[in-house]
Amino acid sequence: MAQEELNQAVSGEYALGFEIDIEQDTVPPGLDEGVIAFISQKKDEPQWMLDLRLKAFAKWQQMEEPHWGHLDYTPIDYQSISYFSAPKQAPESLEEVDPKILEAYSKLGIPLEEQKQLQGIAVDAVVDSVSVKTTFSKELEAKGIIFCSISEAIRDYPELIQKYMFSVVPMTDNYFAALNSAVFTDGTFVYIPPNTRCPMELSTYFRINALNTGQFERTLIVADKGSYVSYNEGCSAPTRDDNQLHAAVVELIAMDDAEIKYSTIQNWYPGDENGKGGIYNFVTKRGICETNAKISWTQVETGSAITWKYPSCILKGDNSVGEFYSVAVTTLAQQADTGTKMIHLGKNTTSTIISKGISAMKGQNTYRGLVKIGAHAEGARNYSECDSLLIGDQCEAHTFPYLESKDPHGQVEHEATTSKISDEQLFYLRQRGIGEEDAVSMIVHGFCKDVFTQLPMEYAVEAKALLELTLEGSVG
Amino acid sequence: MSILEIKNIKATIGEKNILKGLNLSLEKGKVHAIMGPNGAGKSTLSKTIVGHYDVEVTEGDILLRGKSILGMEPEERALEGIFLSFQHPVEIPGVSNAYFLRTAVNAKRVHEGKEELNAAEFLREMKQTAQELGMKPEMISRSLNEGFSGGEKKRNEILQMQMLQPDVILLDEIDSGLDIDALRAVSEGINAMKDGERTFLVITHYSRILDYIEPDYIHVLKDGQIVHTGGPELVAQLEDEGYESIGAAG
Repeated sequence: MAQEELNQAVSGEYALGFEIDIEQDTVPPGLDEGVIAFISQKKDEPQWMLDLRLKAFAKWQQMEEPHWGHLDYTPIDYQSISYFSAPKQAPESLEEVDPKILEAYSKLGIPLEEQKQLQGIAVDAVVDSVSVKTTFSKELEAKGIIFCSISEAIRDYPELIQKYMFSVVPMTDNYFAALNSAVFTDGTFVYIPPNTRCPMELSTYFRINALNTGQFERTLIVADKGSYVSYNEGCSAPTRDDNQLHAAVVELIAMDDAEIKYSTIQNWYPGDENGKGGIYNFVTKRGICETNAKISWTQVETGSAITWKYPSCILKGDNSVGEFYSVAVTTLAQQADTGTKMIHLGKNTTSTIISKGISAMKGQNTYRGLVKIGAHAEGARNYSECDSLLIGDQCEAHTFPYLESKDPHGQVEHEATTSKISDEQLFYLRQRGIGEEDAVSMIVHGFCKDVFTQLPMEYAVEAKALLELTLEGSVG
Repeated sequence: MSILEIKNIKATIGEKNILKGLNLSLEKGKVHAIMGPNGAGKSTLSKTIVGHYDVEVTEGDILLRGKSILGMEPEERALEGIFLSFQHPVEIPGVSNAYFLRTAVNAKRVHEGKEELNAAEFLREMKQTAQELGMKPEMISRSLNEGFSGGEKKRNEILQMQMLQPDVILLDEIDSGLDIDALRAVSEGINAMKDGERTFLVITHYSRILDYIEPDYIHVLKDGQIVHTGGPELVAQLEDEGYESIGAAG
């Protein structure tokens, strides 16, 4: 089949590339202690938080940007980025949220107005550096559930923040985590009390809007003993010629018998087919499981020019369970180096890794995963499955599975396949009267099925639609 | 009346000339069989008719109901009523048989200006048809052809044919790899589609299938051309004397 036609079918237009026309407060580009103090002051933070930020900043300055990823990009100039940008009007209530922001979120399919709010989904909406609206907070409060922006949490729940922030991802964990620790602006905090099942999906929607601004959000979820929560994040950004940096940190704490299900639909602006523009996405996500706890990461990564991301689980407690389900799509000139780390420390801990990489056009897709079985992790088991699907012949897929086992009886299974959307598969569907693009999306959906079934239903529908849009035009 | 007319087709795959000025006219409502030795161009002929990307047509024309189809995409030819039962149906993991077939059936219905079938209506029909073909109920929800045995794949081809109700049906080595029960079920499925309107082109190396699906015409394909056309009696002659006995092109 002709390559040009194939490319046409996988270079879908980025539909969320619009800009919200609002007045913004943005600090001039550059990073020093003064900027950090400014951010802290803007957020009305207590002194202890500023001290932690400055400590992280000092450490970060001594660290070096890592380059072990299978990624190729122009160096990031950290002094050319603006580290704080916020819509000028700081809303006290929904009535005060700039109508343009409400409109923008509606365009993204996330109505924030009371009467239109999505049934059963509470949303925290973040534009650039600040949270503009959190829905259903009151209803959740009645159950003792805290769902608010991280800035509010630092002010209102200092004891929880001091106890848990940096406890899973230490501030010096890696270069980007250290940067985030110094300059993080907003993000979401969730606390679920013991033996409580969160009655609705919690969701944060991040929007980068301002020019030349970095997005550094921080999310902290604490599920107390025997509790359950399902949390989802989505994101998008305007189409711009410059690269923008997104360096987030997510920490999950699942106490005894608790379960956290964390789903991501990542749709940052991917740049164009020549690699111009797009988000640099350097993210650290990690969770810790106590006894009988479970953390499940599901991610659908379709956006960003560069993705560097390894949602991980520390299976500390006996019988704890870690799961990682991932679909990563790279088309145009996108590059993704993504995977997971499963650290088995407790006895009878189990982990499952299902990774599906799809590459089209000049996309570069790398799976990098580590399964580590500690000396005391008797009865630990892991199952990994990494499949790659290639569309066309200019793209690449790589798999780097690492295994470290200190327990000779640890059970680790790894399967990897690479397949091409074959002309024969496409032809078969077309011979039955199914148009080419529908045929490609059918094959791709089939390939991703094991991951999509892990997503909450509304998000599975969104993920399918997004995948279709992303690959639209890449086949033909 | 001819429904499909193949006129002096020359076609290549890669650098190789395979069809070398092939002429064939399919009469509406009839069963045509193409027989020929390995490498004669039998599979290329079916690929050429359905517009497979491997094939490049360098000369000649193919007319469906008097209209050239050479400029049509494979899916357009399918929507116009041409169906190919593949010799080796591909496996498509994660795509359920029912979802796939409903998409195909509805694409055709939309093309014909009919309303789409909803999932319930479609499933009812698919289940019944599958049952008549002796297929296990779970074949409906399983991934398309994935892990199907040779016989199951062929039954699944026939299931699709029955649901899509095509006008021109190409059967490429439909009997290969079938045991006697599967062969009978598949043949019955094909015979049930005969209604004096539909046209069949049975492409086969062996005559066995022709005991089950009685052909009206036999065409002998050798070295990229139809070298002989006759009635059903030709089968016996080919069986006794082999393809060598059939004379020069004509």
